[in-house]
Amino acid sequence: MAPAGYERPFPPGDYPVVVVGTGPGGLQASYCLSRLGVEHALISRDDAPGGMFRHYPIYQRLLSWSKPDAPAQPGTRAYEWYDHNSLVADEPEHQALVPLFMDRTFMVPSREEMERGLDAFARRVPVPARYGCAWEGTRRDDDGRLVLATSDGEYRCRAAVFAIGVTTPWLSPIPGIETVPHYVETRMPAEYRGRSVFVIGKRNSGFEIADGLLPWARQVIVGSPRPVQTAVIAQASVRVRYLQPYEDASLGGGTFALDLSVERIERTERGWHIAGNGTTRPGPIELEVDEVIAATGFSTPLLDLGELGVRTVAQGRIPALTPFSESEPGSGIYFAGNTTQGAVGLRKHGVGASSPAVHGFRYNARVTARHLAETHLGIAPARERVEPDDLVPFLLEELTTAPELWTQKSFLARSVTAEGVSDIVPLAHFVDEAAPDAVAVAVEMDEAGRTYPAVYIRRGGEIGEHLLAPHLLNDFRGPEHERELRALL
Amino acid sequence: MNERDELVRSLAGLSLFADLRDPDLAAIADPEWERHYGEGERVLRRGLSGGGLFVILDGEAAVEIKGDDEPRRLRRGDFFGEVSTLLQCKPTADVVARTPLHALEIPGPHLERFLLQYPNVMFRMLQTVARRIRDLLE
Repeated sequence: MAPAGYERPFPPGDYPVVVVGTGPGGLQASYCLSRLGVEHALISRDDAPGGMFRHYPIYQRLLSWSKPDAPAQPGTRAYEWYDHNSLVADEPEHQALVPLFMDRTFMVPSREEMERGLDAFARRVPVPARYGCAWEGTRRDDDGRLVLATSDGEYRCRAAVFAIGVTTPWLSPIPGIETVPHYVETRMPAEYRGRSVFVIGKRNSGFEIADGLLPWARQVIVGSPRPVQTAVIAQASVRVRYLQPYEDASLGGGTFALDLSVERIERTERGWHIAGNGTTRPGPIELEVDEVIAATGFSTPLLDLGELGVRTVAQGRIPALTPFSESEPGSGIYFAGNTTQGAVGLRKHGVGASSPAVHGFRYNARVTARHLAETHLGIAPARERVEPDDLVPFLLEELTTAPELWTQKSFLARSVTAEGVSDIVPLAHFVDEAAPDAVAVAVEMDEAGRTYPAVYIRRGGEIGEHLLAPHLLNDFRGPEHERELRALL
Repeated sequence: MNERDELVRSLAGLSLFADLRDPDLAAIADPEWERHYGEGERVLRRGLSGGGLFVILDGEAAVEIKGDDEPRRLRRGDFFGEVSTLLQCKPTADVVARTPLHALEIPGPHLERFLLQYPNVMFRMLQTVARRIRDLLE
């Protein structure tokens, strides 16, 4: 049955590559593969593009910014840094689509504006997909090809890209939690009027709900074992409004942020009984509340991929990935979208990449597509060339303006070989690869939140790390950085 | 404490965390600190700053120092990366996974607060480091 408004291309059969999912990760991966000339089928169980953004965030407002007016011109690479929500494209007319739909009430789009931006990308490029085709299982044929069973039939391919999101509601293993509504079942804020609400979880979704309930609920308690680390939040891509419930808690406004390990949840006549133990301040904690919401996160719907060797991290919720977002080198099982947070990278000073968000994983998709095309299909992507005289200014320009380096700190790097061949590569791959002499630069952040350029030089198989000085306005194109880099090279 | 949280259960079986209460283990078992490495993958990199302290939950790793033919083997419960993290210097050896490796990484910036918060862990870590020094001197 064809969903309204979309063709149904890509019938079951043999394809070099199959991409599963039409959220931002799947659309971006499909786009990047197409630009490399990689024939592939894009299938989706949904009936329209947008993935999770067709339904969430539950209170309809995103976290990540898009600035319709910015120092750089929309449609340029430099503008991508100011627009964290649009997918990226080579053609200016397909760039920066999300801000076109924003009414500028906030600098972050509403859920609907985001969905319209993604839909515009899928239609204008276009990124054709077979909607209403659900992936149901996977096996490997005797010849090593992957076979994806779907609601429409079987697809055979040499490599598959799973852009399936971290979309299955996940409940932490607490006795009694199975009766608790998950984040996805949260009702409209007005329905919590005058109620006391316990929210399990102090990450994005927990604070999103707490924030939404502040004008309505009588009392909001957010609780989880680990304390809120405001310094860490300030460096992550979490918006300040998520700190409002925490501020309310600090000032005694009826909100509480508790560090506790919940041991048991029970239904009572009035509502719920929560039994737990304090972590930061040890001791038993007993609470009576009207409502409980489990903002305990989501997991990746991996189905049977574990049987094909896909390992997981984060309590089984996220696939463990190589720097190129492959499950095992050579497996041909790739991931795109926010599951690519399973590629940890160097995580220097504990600072993670932005892979859980569009502005990070859109670049991972490009790196993944190039790797897949080259290693599984023998298609060598075109690479930039840099003349020796241009090397220093080129690297400093990249360090100052490249959106890939700024959003994927210590994770993606700009590399140039001794022959002048340049590419955006995973930094972990660059420092671990046994390869000829080359240089790579990355933007990094230390524990104090200082951003600085880092230079990695590979000479005779040995990697040397050189950290350059920060700059007040993050502009590394001045004479001091030029002198420093020139001396290193 | 629920018994189904695998990460907590895994941590509870390590001598480094033997003195901790279950709620403390729940606080330490941050899913963002959980790591998996494939065989042959580098976990700690010689000469690169910004790493953390690693505790092996499962699998084997080897400390590879240039010119050393008999790399020290590390197994479940062993930890590494503490010297470079505590002294804020670059590691002088690579640590490479010899089997699929499951580990917990306590990022460098968290380590000081972590050790001050759980002095029993600090004491047990100190014991291990003292043992290593004794072995070197013997």
